[in-house]
Amino acid sequence: MPRTSKKSIMIKVTIISILLIAGSLFSLLAAIGVLRFPDIYTRMHAATKAPAFGILLLQTAAAVYFATFYAVIISLMVVVFIFLTAPVASHIISRVAHLLGTPKWDKTVIDELENDPDVSIPAKITGNRAKQ
Amino acid sequence: MNAMAIQLPDWVTLTSLVVLALSMLLALIGLFRGPSLPDRIVALDLIASLSIGFTIVFAVSTGNSRYLDIAAIVALVIFIGTVAYASYLKKKYYD
Repeated sequence: MPRTSKKSIMIKVTIISILLIAGSLFSLLAAIGVLRFPDIYTRMHAATKAPAFGILLLQTAAAVYFATFYAVIISLMVVVFIFLTAPVASHIISRVAHLLGTPKWDKTVIDELENDPDVSIPAKITGNRAKQ
Repeated sequence: MNAMAIQLPDWVTLTSLVVLALSMLLALIGLFRGPSLPDRIVALDLIASLSIGFTIVFAVSTGNSRYLDIAAIVALVIFIGTVAYASYLKKKYYD
């Protein structure tokens, strides 16, 4: 049984409170971004990165609060898995949105995928393959 | 119990839950308002991420670390859901 003084408990409570409130505020930021951004691509940008960071903060708070081996391993697993899969999922969504021709923002500067003859139009590629 | 030595003040978890509920409401508005189908998929992905945050804060507020399992399982499932929606849309594009 470790010796727990009153001061160390107070420090732990402060750290956990800051982490919890900061994590939920990052999630709120993501939701505001989904409402306010003008475009599917910018919206996806807001909706996949900010909640991942918020979940990182919340899981760190849970790991500090419980401080058992089980809780720390589960928290690490969730954080690693979310940081591995959130970019892949957002990439798939934006790829499909570009395939479907979702309208872009008026002030979009450059779209290299649109003018790339190799990867842009899979329907044309499959059509060529069907002809050969 | 050793882990129960920490007593969080109630307003911390309450504030966190209220902020998460507000952001889930905003994400729901975004889900209904999204002009195209990929927008709605993005909003659904955000709602799933927010539900993970809900379960974590709930686990901390009740002091039961078994609730963290739910967060792990939801984190495993949302990726499959997003990929399924995306592949459905791709199939719709090719037809």
